Amino acid sequence: MRPAIQVSGLSKSYGDTVAVNGVSFEVSDGEIFGLIGPNGAGKTTTMECIEGMRRPDKGTISVLGLDPFRNVYELQERIGVQLQQAQLQKRIKVWEAVDLWASLYRKKAVGERLLEQLGLSEKRNTWFMNLSGGQKQRLFIALALINDPELVFLDELTTGLDPQARHTIWDLVRGIRERGKTVFLTTHLMEEAERLCDRVAILEHGRIIDIGSPESLVKRHCPERTVVLVTTDATAAERFRTIVCVDTITCLDTEITLRGHGDDFVTEVIQCLSESGIRVTDFRTILPNLEDVFLKLTGRSIRD
Amino acid sequence: MMLRGLWKLTWIETKIFLREPLGALGTIAIPVLVFLLLGRMVGHAPPSANPASSSFLAVGLPVMAAVLIAVGSVLSLVAIISIYREGGILKRLRATPLRPYTILAAQVIVKLLLSAATLLLMVLAGKRYYPVDIHVSLVGFTIGLLISIWSISSLGFLIASLVPTARFAQPIGSLIMYPMMSLSGLFFPVAALPPALQAVSRVLPLTYMVSLLEGIWKGDPWWTHGSDIAVLVAIFAVCTAISTKVFRWE
Ligand SMILES: Nc1ncnc2c1ncn2[C@@H]1O[C@H](COP(=O)(O)OP(=O)(O)OP(=O)(O)O)[C@@H](O)[C@H]1O
Ligand SMILES: [Mg+2]
Repeated sequence: MRPAIQVSGLSKSYGDTVAVNGVSFEVSDGEIFGLIGPNGAGKTTTMECIEGMRRPDKGTISVLGLDPFRNVYELQERIGVQLQQAQLQKRIKVWEAVDLWASLYRKKAVGERLLEQLGLSEKRNTWFMNLSGGQKQRLFIALALINDPELVFLDELTTGLDPQARHTIWDLVRGIRERGKTVFLTTHLMEEAERLCDRVAILEHGRIIDIGSPESLVKRHCPERTVVLVTTDATAAERFRTIVCVDTITCLDTEITLRGHGDDFVTEVIQCLSESGIRVTDFRTILPNLEDVFLKLTGRSIRD
Repeated sequence: MMLRGLWKLTWIETKIFLREPLGALGTIAIPVLVFLLLGRMVGHAPPSANPASSSFLAVGLPVMAAVLIAVGSVLSLVAIISIYREGGILKRLRATPLRPYTILAAQVIVKLLLSAATLLLMVLAGKRYYPVDIHVSLVGFTIGLLISIWSISSLGFLIASLVPTARFAQPIGSLIMYPMMSLSGLFFPVAALPPALQAVSRVLPLTYMVSLLEGIWKGDPWWTHGSDIAVLVAIFAVCTAISTKVFRWE
């Protein structure tokens, strides 16, 4: 099947700042694709080039078979867009915004239903300026879905949302995929990327470092496993040293932290415990997640 | 299809504008009140005793009021465009199938509608309280005003393109528009200005607007002001051409 988005060799600079530097990737039809990366990595710029809102300096982009810059109006009919930073007119009412947006597209979803799904029905007569941050964000998501788009762009979709709203929106996004549509999103929440995205691209300094499913990225970059257990058995540490896939052992009082690698690591630790008859009062495994991969690949210091 | 969007956007923008605390008051009520007050003050002098004041009453005041309406709406246009740009509203609207010119045209149409409404109120109020005998073509005068506003709106877009932040848009706009008004022949005839200022006056859009409106108010036939209209159209063409090059959406 033709991919929903094809990007190859995309570059974009603002004056001396190179925002995107030779990025290539594909987003298949019907998947949720996430772009993650530190602040200023070029996520928004990449997204806006694909949406046809910015002209790339170099590279080719094809979205739903269209050239986003040349066929921008045709494309905009078929996509939904939520921008990272946007406002509406201060005194526009919620229903007026939905009504206006609905009138701009040939195909339309039911606005009232979207408002209901996003918990905005009660606010339909409220001015935009009087909505809370999260309510504004939800309104923008409603506007992005108003034309029942084939492809939705969500730039930091859950920034500023409370946990309830976040879960609602995650469900909504999964619902979009279930109806065969494609979602392209950026996020700073690794939990969100992990739960939502079929595939993730990690962007840094305008370049893609790696692409893959969250699980495969974790496997590739953070194969280490950790077990933390609490025991008063003084011989425990000695026994653990005999396990092959244990790399380091740290003892802190009665708490022992074992770091190792391999799929069998946890099993072997448990086996060792039962064979040696070591009594433990606590046992925890810590598995690396996307956040660990992210920090490992993009470093721990803050970017400008 | 896009016309429908234009109409919707214009309607919503009109409502939004009237919801602003100073929206209706500033653009509609104040010009009307100023007009009435000035009209009363000047109108109390017996016309025969003071021909200057009666001519001011007959021609100067209505034209001045119309120019004030025009300048006010263009300044408000400048402010709205820069606020919308700074807030990312223009960008959000542009990420829809709306054509860029539709987004901007809606703002101009709102200004035209409100200006026409203001003029209408002014005439209605003036008729009752203030004895100018109006045998002028009001329709013609309104059309003249709307053509003028349409033309100088393009200058407004140019100002909005060149001023970087919303905070300075209105002050800088006023700095450009009000001095222009004083050289436009509104307060003193262009012929009475020193030659250097006359030359300046000849390149100012407002000069042609004043000439057009004064002429129509006095009952001149349209064709005698063809050159004024031509200049206003030319100004529109030039400013729009430059604006399309320098206009920034974000
Ligand atoms: N309009 C602009 N003009 C000049 N520079 C810009 C502009 N937009 C972005 N940049 C620069 O381009 C780089 C990439 O910005 P971009 O907004 O794409 O990053 P991002 O990954 O979306 O960051 P964030 O996570 O903070 O949203 C940054 O260094 C930024 O300063
Ligand atoms: Mg961003």
